[in-house]
Amino acid sequence: MLKDQDRIFTNIYGMHDRNLAGAKARGHWDGTAGIIQKGRDWVVDQMKASGLRGRGGAGFPTGLKWSFMPKESDGRPAYLVINADESEPGTCKDREIMRHDPHTLIEGALIASFAMNAHAAYIYIRGEYIREREALQAAIDEAYDAGLLGPNAAGSGWDFDLYLHHGAGAYICGEETALLESLEGKKGMPRMKPPFPAGAGLYGCPTTVNNVESIAVVPTILRRGPEWFAGFGRPNNAGTKLFAISGHVNNPCVVEEAMSIGFEELIEKHCGGIRGGWDNLLAVIPGGSSVPCVRGENMRDAIMDFDYLRGELGSGLGTAAVIVMDKSTDIVKAIWRLSKFYKHESCGQCTPCREGTGWMMRVMDRLVKGEAEPEEIDMLWDVTKQVEGHTICALGDAAAWPIQGLIRNFREEIEDRIKAQKTGRTGAMAAE
Amino acid sequence: MLRRLYHDQPESFAFLPENLKWAEAQITKYPAGRAQSAVIPLLWRAQEQEGWLTRPAIEYVADMLGMAHIRAFEVASFYFMFQLTPTGSIAHVQVCGTTSCMICGAEKLIDVCKDKIADKPFTLSADGKFTWEEVECLGACANAPMVQIGKDYYEDLTTDRFAEILDELSAGKVPVPGPQNGRFSSEPKSGLTSLKDFDSGKTQYNASAQRAVDLGDTVKRIDGTEVPILTPWMKGKDAVDVAASKTATVPPTAKPAPKAKAPAAKPAATPAAAKPAAKAAPAADTVEETAPEVLTAARAGGADDLKMLKGVGPKLEQTLNDLGFYHFDQIAAWGPAEVAWVDNRLTFKGRIERDGWIEQAKQLAAGEETDFAKRAKKDKLYD
Repeated sequence: MLKDQDRIFTNIYGMHDRNLAGAKARGHWDGTAGIIQKGRDWVVDQMKASGLRGRGGAGFPTGLKWSFMPKESDGRPAYLVINADESEPGTCKDREIMRHDPHTLIEGALIASFAMNAHAAYIYIRGEYIREREALQAAIDEAYDAGLLGPNAAGSGWDFDLYLHHGAGAYICGEETALLESLEGKKGMPRMKPPFPAGAGLYGCPTTVNNVESIAVVPTILRRGPEWFAGFGRPNNAGTKLFAISGHVNNPCVVEEAMSIGFEELIEKHCGGIRGGWDNLLAVIPGGSSVPCVRGENMRDAIMDFDYLRGELGSGLGTAAVIVMDKSTDIVKAIWRLSKFYKHESCGQCTPCREGTGWMMRVMDRLVKGEAEPEEIDMLWDVTKQVEGHTICALGDAAAWPIQGLIRNFREEIEDRIKAQKTGRTGAMAAE
Repeated sequence: MLRRLYHDQPESFAFLPENLKWAEAQITKYPAGRAQSAVIPLLWRAQEQEGWLTRPAIEYVADMLGMAHIRAFEVASFYFMFQLTPTGSIAHVQVCGTTSCMICGAEKLIDVCKDKIADKPFTLSADGKFTWEEVECLGACANAPMVQIGKDYYEDLTTDRFAEILDELSAGKVPVPGPQNGRFSSEPKSGLTSLKDFDSGKTQYNASAQRAVDLGDTVKRIDGTEVPILTPWMKGKDAVDVAASKTATVPPTAKPAPKAKAPAAKPAATPAAAKPAAKAAPAADTVEETAPEVLTAARAGGADDLKMLKGVGPKLEQTLNDLGFYHFDQIAAWGPAEVAWVDNRLTFKGRIERDGWIEQAKQLAAGEETDFAKRAKKDKLYD
């Protein structure tokens, strides 16, 4: 288990002093100017060496992403935009950073912006996080007062302004280009790529969009060295990670752990075990709503990292938002609820997604009740394949995958239900 | 999803004075000419002030930011937090119904809403105090099930506790938000499994609950006096101190200003035609101002493209035309007194100096290029 001294977010529950003095006492804002004086290339190289992969779900290497930013400005300013539009069902980790350990994020924003030649950064926080926004703004104001932001931020010689901006309840704005549209005061509809944001992003200027957690871990990585960070987790899955465990565990919580921790260890150590014991485990969604669910029996020995969950289980780590479902759960209905979510949140720009999400939800609706023909399961599978990969952004894929996971893992559950509905019998089919 | 404006709209909308100052401060977060970026925060503040988002409010915000009304309406109807129908006088209750909450009992919370508020979402309760809706994931999944009432998250709910909270609110009390089962925030409820080494003693509330407790009445309408308006990024820049500026700017009006009629030199004569202006009457501590030369129409050969001035967008150009300015040389000729005159008629005080219009106009009038004008043409900024 990860030791407390190796945890980056040492006030994630907010029990200790949350203001600047408290953050400094816990080691944040220590030698920030020194880090910046080592130069852009040094920062980017260190980030590459740390092996940090983006914490927003896709797991793209953060250092590499930063290196895409133009080295020399062509006259246009560069921007860092921090994606705090945490809306993926199951995910509730960035909220804890922003309200309880905000200075990790603010310091990270300064260093990251310097590394990408940006004098301004915007944090785009989801609209519903109103108190979190106030808490974060208070921390930003505090940092300005202390000279850590503004001209010659933290005595580093770098002028830097950090602005907090908010959305108003649209999941799609977590997609980076939709977020930029929204930040420009428009509907949050994703843009075609290319051009990628590093070439033309916010206001047509070079922009990098990073998740809150990706930015908030930067100062500690640079202070303690990339080797330290890379020392956790299996190769290519480095670091520590905030896990958010919800659903049917005895003690749901948000906790920072080493990557590649075993699922069983994670649940036993921090969550007090599965409600009703391990035999009562039905299914797990290991990475937020967009990844396919996994059968409980396959999950017990699972390793919680990008490569294992994708490679071995056909799922994904996503945002490390673990939704645990015990045998009291109606799994078809649980996935139907996600279909409803995606139908609600489709921005309506691409036809396969706009029409497909509604179509999939309506079929799921009937599968929940069992009022369907068995062939419709395959038909539904086909539709998910037609939505997947045929849209501008990944919301279409995200809507398709949970359903594919359901059909792959719980097909007999759906078939039983259809059969039961047809024969008018419920419960076990063993007598047939 | 199809969302329409409510059939019964109020006559007018205007930000309360403190909210107007707050709104102007927000605009300074974005680069010159990008005021549209502030549309979501401003619409949200309008909703906070009124309880729901009315058509006059959408148009008011659009005018303030120099946006076409339809663009602001698109935003209002796209984002689900904008309530386009009237909400309960005390609070709008949003139950998170997505999977994590659903499997932890959110459906029973919805039943409580149906029982205590109204059968259908977005319907006023019999006493008019509440409305409710089922919303998608609110991002507090480790504290499921939960609801957002007004602005605050009430987490780790049971049906009994939820019903109790609604009763308390109905009786004029404000229950403390946050976890309702004794947890502090998102730690395991049986006790800490990590971060024990750093224990420095608990504060009473987590950060979200603390802010709500500090505020006290969390469900009241927002008038802008709750949180100080700070614009620390403006420090050390030669701009107006927006927060301190007592000069109420002329709120945008629904109607365009009268065409190119030179207004008299008194600020009172500014187009205060529309009703919104009434509330935030300009208490201008006027700098000595002189009316500049104005024209009733562009000279032969057509008006200059004033958008080539950094800081002037299509909306501001229209305003300038309406005031009687069509040419760079007109602007280049302004002295401080004329600047004061124009300043008092624009929505953004201090902008003329901040963006250096006069210098730019001199260059452009002389047929030279400015950096901004070059870029604007190259990037086809306004095409």
